[in-house]
Amino acid sequence: MTPLRVSIAGVVASVLLILVILELIRGRRLKERYALLWLATGVVLLVLSAWRGGLNTVAGWLGVTGYPPAVLFAVATLFILLVLLHYSTVLSKLTDENVELAQRVALLEERVGRLTEARPPPG
Amino acid sequence: MDRRLVAIVPAYNEAGAIGRVVDEIAASAPSPDVLVIDDASTDDTAAIAEAHGAAVLRLPFNVGIGGAVQAGFRYALEEGYELAVRLDGDGQHDAGELTKLLAPIERGEADFVIGSRFADGTGSYRPPLGRRLGIRVFAGLVSILGRHRVTDTTSGFAALDRCAIALFAEEYPHDYPEVEATLVALRSGLRLAQVQVEMRERETGTSSITFVRSLYYIVKVTLALLVASLRRYPRLESTT
Repeated sequence: MTPLRVSIAGVVASVLLILVILELIRGRRLKERYALLWLATGVVLLVLSAWRGGLNTVAGWLGVTGYPPAVLFAVATLFILLVLLHYSTVLSKLTDENVELAQRVALLEERVGRLTEARPPPG
Repeated sequence: MDRRLVAIVPAYNEAGAIGRVVDEIAASAPSPDVLVIDDASTDDTAAIAEAHGAAVLRLPFNVGIGGAVQAGFRYALEEGYELAVRLDGDGQHDAGELTKLLAPIERGEADFVIGSRFADGTGSYRPPLGRRLGIRVFAGLVSILGRHRVTDTTSGFAALDRCAIALFAEEYPHDYPEVEATLVALRSGLRLAQVQVEMRERETGTSSITFVRSLYYIVKVTLALLVASLRRYPRLESTT
């Protein structure tokens, strides 16, 4: 059985996490599309912390017999991995877009230079 | 208006060599227009290239060799060039061999021609062990993955027709461009030809660090190749 104090600490921590995320979204410092995974993390941890019977059942499924709160750690770790993986895809996309922008700027600058040379300045 | 031939020359801090490189290319037999892509050099590479009559693309920050070369292909595509050649900005590729390099395209036999140092075994280039190993490994891997025998994937000396220019303007690998680009070309159905060329080698050390670094590079590029071979590529119809 999960010790009561572990459950309380889990609930407090996940509620704090959710509140921080909501505040970041409200202040427009976190885009919704990046917040979704974080919110899911917070909600899942909250549910597993508060619903003590549920945590024990899930631990039973996974064969975790000695210490059910270990499942909390496992779930938290899994979600952190997902968030990191998501960041890697975002980074890759940003890198590609960044290079393309640099190329576009160089191409346009060259063209502007040519056109400015070809046409004498007015006046 | 369609123009004929552009030489794409990526350069990073090549102020000492770029002037002579531009002059040599412009004076060579196929007389290409010269485009220098300055990958955010900290020296006067761009100004010198311009003073020698080259068109210059100035990248706002360093994007690496792959991104720089791709900017050149985009320029060639947008300015309507029929053919392009690609040479390094340090002068190791001999502009005197451009006609030979373009020949398979002119005959309508190829879309993408690689200047290979090992095409027919007559070349004089004998690289140090680590590098030789890398060249062998990549050539072997690309040959297997692309189902076409390739003798040199790292030379960077190449000629392209409009079909290949269009492909590379869209799909050019950024990290280890020459090796992967060869695979992209084969996978996309471009017709590949290889022409024996000589290369003026830059001074290279032969310390153990160079060898270890070569091994490290081999592992990285091999991984990149395997990943690249999992990707899907647009299937092209040859224009000729």
